[in-house]
Amino acid sequence: MTAPLRAFRRPQGGLAGGWLILVIAAALAAPLLTPYAYDVQNLPQAYQPASARHWLGTDEFGRDLLTRLIYGARTSLSVSATAISISVLCGMVLGAAAAWFGGWLDRAVTMVVDLSWSFPEILIALILVAIIGPGTIGVMIAIAVAYIAQFTRLTRAQILTLKGETFIEAARSLGAGHAHILFRHLLPNALAPVLVSAMLATGDAIILEATLGFFGLGAQPPVPSWGGMMSAGSALVFKAPWVIIFPGLAVAVTVVAINLYGDALIAELDIRSRLRREA
Amino acid sequence: MLSWLIKRLLMLVPVFLAVSVVIFSILHFIPGDPIDNLLKIGSSPEARAEMEARYGLDRPLPVQYLIWLSNVLQGDLGTAIVARRPVADLIAQALPHSLRLGGLALLFSTVVGVTLGVVAALSRDRWPDRAIMGGVLVGSTMPSFWLGLILILIFSVGLGWFPVSGARGWQSLVLPVLTIGLGGTALVARITRVSMIEAAGRDFVTLLHAKGLSPLRIQLRHVLRHALIPVVTILALRIGWILGGAVTVEVVFARPGLGTLLIKSLSQHDYPVVQACLLMLAMAVMLGTLMGDILQALMDPRVRAAMT
Amino acid sequence: MSALLELQSLSVAIGKVALLDGIALTVERGQILGLVGESGSGKSLTAMAAMGLLPLIGGRVTAGAVRFDGQDMAAMTEVQRRRLRGGRIGFVTQNPMTALDPVQRIGAQVDVVSRLHLGLSRDEARARTLDLLTQLRIPEAETVAEAWPHQLSGGMKQRIVIAMALAGDPDLIIADEPTTALDVTVQAQIIHILGHLVRDRGVSLLLITHDMSVVAQVCDRVAVLYAGRVAEEGPVGPIFAAPAHPYTAALIGCIPQAGMAKGSLTGIPGAVPSAMTFPEGCRFHPRCPRASQACRASPPPILSRGEGRVACHHPEVSA
Repeated sequence: MTAPLRAFRRPQGGLAGGWLILVIAAALAAPLLTPYAYDVQNLPQAYQPASARHWLGTDEFGRDLLTRLIYGARTSLSVSATAISISVLCGMVLGAAAAWFGGWLDRAVTMVVDLSWSFPEILIALILVAIIGPGTIGVMIAIAVAYIAQFTRLTRAQILTLKGETFIEAARSLGAGHAHILFRHLLPNALAPVLVSAMLATGDAIILEATLGFFGLGAQPPVPSWGGMMSAGSALVFKAPWVIIFPGLAVAVTVVAINLYGDALIAELDIRSRLRREA
Repeated sequence: MLSWLIKRLLMLVPVFLAVSVVIFSILHFIPGDPIDNLLKIGSSPEARAEMEARYGLDRPLPVQYLIWLSNVLQGDLGTAIVARRPVADLIAQALPHSLRLGGLALLFSTVVGVTLGVVAALSRDRWPDRAIMGGVLVGSTMPSFWLGLILILIFSVGLGWFPVSGARGWQSLVLPVLTIGLGGTALVARITRVSMIEAAGRDFVTLLHAKGLSPLRIQLRHVLRHALIPVVTILALRIGWILGGAVTVEVVFARPGLGTLLIKSLSQHDYPVVQACLLMLAMAVMLGTLMGDILQALMDPRVRAAMT
Repeated sequence: MSALLELQSLSVAIGKVALLDGIALTVERGQILGLVGESGSGKSLTAMAAMGLLPLIGGRVTAGAVRFDGQDMAAMTEVQRRRLRGGRIGFVTQNPMTALDPVQRIGAQVDVVSRLHLGLSRDEARARTLDLLTQLRIPEAETVAEAWPHQLSGGMKQRIVIAMALAGDPDLIIADEPTTALDVTVQAQIIHILGHLVRDRGVSLLLITHDMSVVAQVCDRVAVLYAGRVAEEGPVGPIFAAPAHPYTAALIGCIPQAGMAKGSLTGIPGAVPSAMTFPEGCRFHPRCPRASQACRASPPPILSRGEGRVACHHPEVSA
């Protein structure tokens, strides 16, 4: 697995990868980086613009914005990454089973996937959060379910292509069982495109997480998340625009970085044709 | 063509039924009882039972579904539990706002997106292409609610050109349309560019050059026509995304519409309204797909031939 | 008077790969030149170069020149070159199945040529199109003009492509393997029609093919291309009677003839090398029965031979 490293050597890949490492490192080392606590209110200090003491200013409760941004990265990144991991796992199982066994199973899976695919993820997630209830876990599950269709679709397509190839037929004719062929031959070969698109989907999931947070459905106060930090919304636009600007910038820059690094990785792995990102 | 259309419409029936079952049953898993919101604290169990009977909530679920479905098919979407008004009225009030917003956003993203995609494809790998594709990447990674807030910050707070919120006059539409439209523009520009480049490599394009047509004419009259076929197909499939964008943006700009109605009813556990909103969105998605098929047939004689 | 089309020691490269090396060809007015070679020899590239369309496939002229009617095409403006294409030079592509714009009606695709190059009105252009279709023996020309490409057979589509090539009243037609993609029975018809129309109008034809029997049927002169170089060139009669280059001889040996003994069809062992791995010296030497040390060491000299010329260290000496 040197492709992820080689992707760093491309100028855009290096820059983007560097930013991602920075964000992840900052999220992990949060308590070491900042003298402030994310949850201690200090009302007299509310609505401070950027200064030497508060590099990015303070929010409506006088909390240091940079501190909350760094802690917010923990929530946003871990929720999105976990959610996507769940949907990758479920999607791979569903897609592989549908493609391998075919028949009514394939038809049923395809129908459900097509149906849910024509609905925007945000709607699916909104409804699921309404069912499960707001909070980190609810958002995580909602995002996971919203993206299962995408990975089911992708895995199914990969397996269907691979299924016809000679080495699979050879394994079959040697009497290999379903499970053996699926887990030893098909899934490993379908892995690269699925993992790369999982990475790109994590970017989309960060946006989705932020949107749910903006609606006040994500991590509940005082735990910060990038979206939740903006939930005061248009009310703050007049008074303290930086409270809105910086979390949004963090989302946008991180998602751009994920996309650029993902593109570099696709180029390194030479899998663009296999991926055909369904725009 | 007509028989194809009828067949295509009939195919929507099972899809509609499936969607309606999903919508109906999902909402009954939502915790929180709307009756609780209606009853005064400390009301008697009798009062609760009477209330449940009034809204039909005491019947078995399949029966509730069938009643609901047959009512829906007759245009009766039930009564909003919280607002205590016919849901159809609420929808009728909200829908035009969302349609106007979604329609304009769709128009905006198509026109601007196709233009940018064409310019990018024509200047492939040179600076206009890089600039446009860079902008497209940034545009597609901004959360739409944030983009909306930033636009408010610049154009309403800073420059004072447009109102911050509400739905009065065309000025109030500009920023919401831009907010949804920019995301769609990114998508359309990307597809247009890719399919222009793909179409430009086809055999028949070589012959067009060999006939002495000017490159610009070849690109705009022939290559673009081909490139637009996938653009239309994907756009039609993405009607749902545009409407999804409308949901968030309506909330940001505090505009009346399906999105605001949906979010409000979700938080109030007002089943009938949520069901109706979702049903409207689902119908929009289905009609979008159908429109896409029809447009594709109008644009491509080979598809037309396959239809009969 | 200068030749109609002249390639003067033309070398062409795509990227860093040199694909054509010093190609010299001449098409005189009213003459049919057959350009023969196996796939990979550079035939289609020669056609694109002659049309001035190399940039489309990312190619460029690295040395030499293409002259049309005495004028250097590289010295022309792009607008002038465009006026030649479709106007004075018609083009027939290899695969008629993919040559037509699938979302435009047949008639319109032919009309545009005469409207653009002859300045005809819409009605005049359509009349000319119908006339051309009739000459190409297309039944019910009016119906066909209103049809979509997917409604026509391959042979019919190739006639449309030929009609487009003729519509601008050209002096030269370049036909790049016009029959390869068609059924064998249709191939003969198309070659027959093309040959006749060209002769009747006194139009020159550069006919690219890999089929020596087609050359024998319709061409005045023939040029044999091998691995980006001209191996032999000259009038059809003498070359078929006594090919000087062993490669030409082998190609002619590939035409089945009546009365030939079974199994005497001389195939050529091996294949044209790819442009990345052109051998030193004579590029044909690895496949050549007459190869010597000289062939491996240096490119062959170009020897004149009657009205033609041959590039070979050991040409067959004719009687």
